[in-house]
Amino acid sequence: MATQTRQPSALEPHKATRDRRWTRDAVENRVFGVLRWVVIAGLLVITVFPFYYMALLSVRALDEVLQDAGALWVSPSEINLGTYTSVLSSPDSGGQGFLIFMRNSAVVALGTVALTLLVALPGAYAVSRLEFFGRRQISVLFLAVYLFPGILLAVPLFVFFTRIGLRGTLVGLLIVYVSQIVAVSIYMLRNYFDTIPESLEESAALDGCGRLGIMWRISLPLAMPAIVANALFVFMIAWNEFLFALLFLVADRENWTVSLGLSQLAGSIEIPTTVLMAGSVILTVPIIVIFFLSERLLTEGLTAGAEKG
Amino acid sequence: MSRRKPQVSLARSDARAGIALISPTLVIVIFMVVLPILWTVMLAFRPLSLLNLIATGLFGTDFTLDNFRTVLNEGGFVESLVTTLAYSVLGTASAIVMGLVAALALRRSFRGRTFVRAAMLLPYVAPVVAVTFVWRTMLDPQFGIVNHWGTRLLGWDEPIAFLSQRSSEVSLFGLEFGVPTALFSVIAFEAWRSFPFAFLFLMARLQAVPATIEEAAQVDGATPSQRFRYVLLPQLLPTIAVLSILRFIWTFNSFDDIYLLTGGGAGTEVVSVRVFNFLTARGDIGLASAQALVLAAILAVFVGIFLWRFAPKEEKT
Repeated sequence: MATQTRQPSALEPHKATRDRRWTRDAVENRVFGVLRWVVIAGLLVITVFPFYYMALLSVRALDEVLQDAGALWVSPSEINLGTYTSVLSSPDSGGQGFLIFMRNSAVVALGTVALTLLVALPGAYAVSRLEFFGRRQISVLFLAVYLFPGILLAVPLFVFFTRIGLRGTLVGLLIVYVSQIVAVSIYMLRNYFDTIPESLEESAALDGCGRLGIMWRISLPLAMPAIVANALFVFMIAWNEFLFALLFLVADRENWTVSLGLSQLAGSIEIPTTVLMAGSVILTVPIIVIFFLSERLLTEGLTAGAEKG
Repeated sequence: MSRRKPQVSLARSDARAGIALISPTLVIVIFMVVLPILWTVMLAFRPLSLLNLIATGLFGTDFTLDNFRTVLNEGGFVESLVTTLAYSVLGTASAIVMGLVAALALRRSFRGRTFVRAAMLLPYVAPVVAVTFVWRTMLDPQFGIVNHWGTRLLGWDEPIAFLSQRSSEVSLFGLEFGVPTALFSVIAFEAWRSFPFAFLFLMARLQAVPATIEEAAQVDGATPSQRFRYVLLPQLLPTIAVLSILRFIWTFNSFDDIYLLTGGGAGTEVVSVRVFNFLTARGDIGLASAQALVLAAILAVFVGIFLWRFAPKEEKT
């Protein structure tokens, strides 16, 4: 009997720890601790899987895909790179001509980067540093332009460029791209110029440097990281752009960009999906390479306005 | 002379240099963005098609309200506006919720976080044409991987035509109701594609929350969910507000995603796709402009709110 009465008291400390283990705090800590990894794994799957699937399909043979649609990997012996030669070679030799599309995309994207920086750098410097009439209004105007993109400009620009005969040319597209991107480019660069201490410029001014000299010798070299990030950002926008490429260039296959080419060919039944997946990989890889090379620079640029909100 | 009043002459030359440096941008923006938008207003009030463009010319005074009458009476536009609203509201909300969940999960550092964080941004930076093509292939009823595993593992009776079926019957707890399949699919895509943007902003904001206030709450006995509800969430709300408006603005007139996924079919015709179709397929400039203008007017309200409420104030004088 004595043992029976002693037993509960011996259990008491144990019971107490069990109580503590089942407090709301402890339960939540454990649930969220597990949930956190579930969420991370889940997010990783949904963000990475489509890209993995893209690469996977691009190296499988079409009949195998049709036979076994659910395959999640491909054995090394079955890897088929014929899709890439097929998508790259010119239409005359039975391919899809993506090499030409890539050249067009590169010309447009690099041209957009060069022109945008040429225009935006002085502009951003002026908005950041120089006091002039209407400076504040101009900043607001650029922000509004940044928020008002795409389809609203499609109608007037389509009509206007049709009328002056520049629709269907890469030059016309280039002008449109620069005009759409320059505002956001200035916005990003200005934020960076704002962080450069003015004292550096003042000392250069005391040494007899003029405004342009200061800009060229002091501010631009200091802003180099932001300029590089901005150039990459502009390149990515221009390389990815679809709507205006579609509106302007669709008539002439010779002028198609990679985005436009892929979207136009995706509707056709004759071209195997695996070949077009190879095209998607070709379209995506440059962007992913640029992105991983410059991830930190770009995310800083993208969230430049975050703290101000 | 310049030595006696250096301040004044410097300010004056600065003002001149400022105007000179900004003017190329200003010219481009005015001629390629501002004037075209104003011109759309004129086009919307004129009976104009691509065919008679040469004959009637770019500027004319044959103003009429016919386009707006046609737009409102012909049907389809109001429906399309409702679709656009549903798409933008649900797309924005789910992207932000997803971004918030991701930001909270990745908040404390762990091995490989840098990689996971970078991977999380992939949907946002990848070319829209490539990712829509992959999604279309994955959701394909014949050889798409989603339907392949869905029918085998999840017990679907038959493959679901995610992108071409207007609605499907779903029974839940014995209740049968219709679900707009294609619309939900494009909303899911929109959430997938734009949650990284919300994630980036919320992550940046989370890291700026001082650790001390959360520690204080913990000492006071607040559980993790209480700390989120009463400490973190109030800190995040301003960022969430900015994100909601920004994402809403962009989703509201986004064209690429829906055009590339469904072409505007199966109950997903948002206004921007409709404008595009009127412009290219029907060649009706007047009607396209009128609809774009309605879209712009609604959008202007939100841009106005954004600029008025959240535009960065000029910190220097």
